[in-house]
Amino acid sequence: MRSNPLSSMAIHGVLILYSALALFPLLLIAINSFKSKKGIFRDPTALPLGELYSTKGYQSVLANGDFPLYFGNSLTVTLISLVLILLLGAMAAHGLTEYRFKGNGLLGLYLILGIMVPIRLGTVALLELFVKLGLTNTLTALVLVYTAQGLPIAIFIFTEFLKSVSGEIKDSARIDGLSEYRIFFEVVLPLIRPVIATVAVFSMIPIWNDLWFPLILSPGEETRTVTLGIQQFIGQYTVNWSAVLAALTVAIVPVLIMYVIFSKQLIRGITAGAVKG
Amino acid sequence: MATLELNNVVKQFGQVEVIHDISLSVNDGELMVFVGPSGCGKSTMLRMIAGLEELTAGDIQIGGKKVDHLPPAKRGIAMVFQSYALYPHKDVRGNLGFALRHAGMPKAEVTQRVDAAADILGLGPLMKRRPSELSGGQRQRVAIGRAIVREPEVFLFDEPLSNLDAALRVHMRVEILKLHQRLKSTMIYVTHDQVEAMTLADRIAVFRDGVVEQCGTPLELYKNPANKFVAGFIGSPAMNFIDSNVVNGCAEHAGQAVINMPDGDSNHAKVSIGIRPEDVRVKPDGILSGTVQVYEHLGGEAYLHLLLQDDQNLVVRTDADSAYRIGDTVRFDVIDSKLHLFGENGVALPRQLTS
Repeated sequence: MRSNPLSSMAIHGVLILYSALALFPLLLIAINSFKSKKGIFRDPTALPLGELYSTKGYQSVLANGDFPLYFGNSLTVTLISLVLILLLGAMAAHGLTEYRFKGNGLLGLYLILGIMVPIRLGTVALLELFVKLGLTNTLTALVLVYTAQGLPIAIFIFTEFLKSVSGEIKDSARIDGLSEYRIFFEVVLPLIRPVIATVAVFSMIPIWNDLWFPLILSPGEETRTVTLGIQQFIGQYTVNWSAVLAALTVAIVPVLIMYVIFSKQLIRGITAGAVKG
Repeated sequence: MATLELNNVVKQFGQVEVIHDISLSVNDGELMVFVGPSGCGKSTMLRMIAGLEELTAGDIQIGGKKVDHLPPAKRGIAMVFQSYALYPHKDVRGNLGFALRHAGMPKAEVTQRVDAAADILGLGPLMKRRPSELSGGQRQRVAIGRAIVREPEVFLFDEPLSNLDAALRVHMRVEILKLHQRLKSTMIYVTHDQVEAMTLADRIAVFRDGVVEQCGTPLELYKNPANKFVAGFIGSPAMNFIDSNVVNGCAEHAGQAVINMPDGDSNHAKVSIGIRPEDVRVKPDGILSGTVQVYEHLGGEAYLHLLLQDDQNLVVRTDADSAYRIGDTVRFDVIDSKLHLFGENGVALPRQLTS
């Protein structure tokens, strides 16, 4: 590739600027989580050195015995929803692209309509529904809502990608005697692994970060997620900023780990496909 | 090892009928080539034999057994695809053995069969590689190997060489021919390339618009094409067609009688005379003439593209040591016994072997 040093510098300049912009709030959270409340307000951008340094925030988070439970809840909800989104999304997309049947196009449109309609518009109806089902204050309710929320875009992306996968490889598997289910699991899934990683990454983050549905559907002590749990440090008159920031910093870690796992898959998938003969 | 019978096969996609009542039989151990332009139904026919498409009507028999209700894996067939269709996440050994392992064959036998196939195709050193680490020709060989290990009764090839470059295509063509001589199994080979068809086939079936125009050995098709389409499709460069009026029982061109019409045939006022480029003799006292428009020299032989007196075109093969310039007038004769006559509907007329 031809690259002009000047334009390459400009590109990197923009990228560095953007990275700084994206990282700055996170850095601020991490820095200030190691300060006392006074320290935070006296000098918000200073590094937590000398007398500014304090682990009070972490102490109050750890002293609160419920946090491991909140983490467990968040992880359970995120992982189960993710598995459901990926599995059902890929299956639906495979069905839509592979089989000819009446109403195929209409069904596809129906399934991805959710991209345009925010699920939060249906909050009242959802709450009524879950009350009737007796599912309020359960993690199941959250899993169901997040799966529904994540499916449309997942189906959309999987469908677009599967359209580009050659039909011959599936025919070949059919001639090898594989059942339609095994074709999906043993031939199609490995083929779309890089896309699975992509969809996983951006389905996961909104679920982990969501405050809205836990607050409305499952605010009970036993079913709180991390984002909701942090709220207890935010009182009506006083806010324990050190604790809030410390909890947030800790809450970033699991997402970060999951992201690293998936992005490794993502890059491996991309490079495996890129080596062309 | 088996015969294959197609009886009155019809295929419709929705309202569109793409295969019109085709009946065809392939003998045991025969290499049959389906050839035709794109969209002629040859690949659809192959996919129906494989069981990937359902028949609208008719039936298919392999080895005397009706198979059109069976799933692909139970038909005793193996198929090689144009895009190779290898499993990208399995290495060569995994790809070769996949169908056998899936069918529950003991490990030792799978290994033995895979090794045997790898031996035939020279894949030994590549067994641990993934498809993405192989060249096009190697991938195609793996795809063929995957068909061999299943020891099918009928091999199906769907344009297997179309994705390869020209030199490799010729090489793989020879390999497939050798493979057929070695395995002596029934094979059906679909291609749009008439050279591939001519060189590989025991018999060729020429498809057009969902019907078989003619089926026969390559030489039969070359020497006795049943109609203008087959005549133009088989042979390279293609046969020339000269529109001609019939006068006094003779098809003539520019006032010169070229060939007698068949005895007693007075139904045709206009015919097409089919002349292969190799059946023209350039000589100074020839009765026909044309002007040189293009002169192609291929080293071993040369082709003249002539413009005849009534603005029709004719391609003529000449000696390699001839020399022509554009605009030269060339006189030539045609070899009467090798001419073809086609009526206005394109059907070949019986030939009269006199001048």
